[in-house]
Amino acid sequence: MTRWLLLAGLAVLVVLPFAGLPLYFLHLAILILIWGMIGTAWSYMGRFGLVSLGHGGFMGVAAYATALLWNEFHLVPWLGIPIGLLMSLLLALAIGYPAFRFRVVGHYFALVTLALGEVVRLSIIAAREHTGGSLGMTPERVQPPTDVSWYAMQFTDKRYFYFFALACWLLALWVWSRIDRSMARSALEAISEDEVAAASVGIHVTKEKLRVTLISAAFTGLGGVLLGLYQQYLNPESLSGIGISLEIVFAAIVGGMYSAPGPTIGAVLTILFRESLRTYFGVQLIGMAETIYGLLLILFIIFMPRGIYGALEAWLARRAATPPAAPSPGAAPIA
Amino acid sequence: MFDFFLLEAIMGGVLFGGVLALLSLGLNLVFGVIDVVWIAYAELVMVGMYTIYTFHSILGWPLYVAAPLGIAVVAVLGIAVHRLIIAPILDTPPINQLLATGGLLFFLQSFATLVFGSQFRNLGLTMPILEFYELYISFARLMAFCVAIVGIVGLYLFLRRTYVGTAIRAVAQDREVMSLMGVDTKRIYLITSAVGGGLAGLASVLLVLQQDVHPFIGLTFGPITFMICVLGGLGNLIGGFIAAFVISQVISIGSYYVSTELSYVIAFVLFIVAMFIRPEGLFQKRS
Repeated sequence: MTRWLLLAGLAVLVVLPFAGLPLYFLHLAILILIWGMIGTAWSYMGRFGLVSLGHGGFMGVAAYATALLWNEFHLVPWLGIPIGLLMSLLLALAIGYPAFRFRVVGHYFALVTLALGEVVRLSIIAAREHTGGSLGMTPERVQPPTDVSWYAMQFTDKRYFYFFALACWLLALWVWSRIDRSMARSALEAISEDEVAAASVGIHVTKEKLRVTLISAAFTGLGGVLLGLYQQYLNPESLSGIGISLEIVFAAIVGGMYSAPGPTIGAVLTILFRESLRTYFGVQLIGMAETIYGLLLILFIIFMPRGIYGALEAWLARRAATPPAAPSPGAAPIA
Repeated sequence: MFDFFLLEAIMGGVLFGGVLALLSLGLNLVFGVIDVVWIAYAELVMVGMYTIYTFHSILGWPLYVAAPLGIAVVAVLGIAVHRLIIAPILDTPPINQLLATGGLLFFLQSFATLVFGSQFRNLGLTMPILEFYELYISFARLMAFCVAIVGIVGLYLFLRRTYVGTAIRAVAQDREVMSLMGVDTKRIYLITSAVGGGLAGLASVLLVLQQDVHPFIGLTFGPITFMICVLGGLGNLIGGFIAAFVISQVISIGSYYVSTELSYVIAFVLFIVAMFIRPEGLFQKRS
């Protein structure tokens, strides 16, 4: 039953771009898929209490590496992306290994990652001769210009990116389910409850945390690369730094970071919510949309820390758990 | 050879350190006592700057009225932050409190954009530049430096010499036991938040004298303020003070030799490395 529903859902997602979806909605769908993937990647760590406020850094490193390799060395994204992801991984290793080894946890981990995001953002700005600094940069158009260039991964038709994003998003969800069913999940849950106790029963704390961090960083980097390729514009503020890192966290929280669909639901809600407020308020009252958004975030964390999907799950579970009211006399007792 | 400009950079660093020390003071107090990270702390400072701007430049009130009003507004805001956001989730994982104030960060930034727009605004005052044997010193920074010293001494005396201050220190050491001893921890938290907010307000007074204010100004000095608090050891006022000057020298000398952005990068990397070596802060005694 569930399997069929999932397949039907997938079929809808595949057919969607051919069903005459207006360009604007296709654009939103692409953004939702990419941000859904990034949120999912963040939640690989977040669900185990590893709250990173520097995920923007992983996006920035991978996206800029790919774009710079193309602009400066004419290295195609097909090679640039693996190198970019490798750099994300190295960054995650450089920060993750010592942090976990020396038991930097909680607030402190959050602040260390926050600093990491700033390091990446400021480094990008400092290298302004190559990256364009705060003004951002555009990857060079492939020569001669064509509508479909598989070589440079530049496509005029948004549908190509839709399918790239869809594939990556599905991969991220698949990885989620793999983590969900692995021993690592139990180990990480134990670690998030009590690190010392977990270590005492033979769990390799540093290794377990590091593995999930590396996976998370790779997918986040991939998300950054996709955004760069899709928008053909890179900006340090929108690809690294605190603002964007916090937005990743918030989308995951709003949707619910403890279950697979949660972060994606968060991405759907935050993107649709902001877009509709933006179109509603238009150019008047600039900032109104974000003001309401910020207020809702506070309320969410106070009243619904498990997010919308988490709350829904809990509600369904409670309904299923309540016994049917007043069993009829003579009915067989439930064993 | 004697490098005159390096001396100027070091001197600038000392004064910048005063600003940073003042900024980190309130955050340090709240961080140390309530064990909560107000991620939106720099945005509280921004609110203070806008408040002073509103009273002074729009309503035309004199600065000596506008400045205390700014401090008062941020102090009240500090109470509101604790009462409305932190208190309801004080028993949940600490990271939730951090994230809730992250929501506040978005809220305050966008609210400021909504009310004031994203233009840069200033009081339109020109602060004198002092000249001292060809050494140029910004008067506003010198003042910030002095106020930071006065602020830290005042806070130290408040915590050491008054009854409430003693209670605050006691609660910082052990919340559960102190509530058993008959200390009203809720009240202590509110007072701490008010003082923390007030100190943010004080910092905003000195910042608004030397800098333009815009809705996203918090992002420029927020992260470095957190780093200083953690480096100094939470709730360790002296440690925070020293850390402010270490970081400001790194930034100031770094800006002189390389570039501003890279000097911040060095400062952040230094912070990360320091966290690995001494997670409890550089100046905290090991327990």
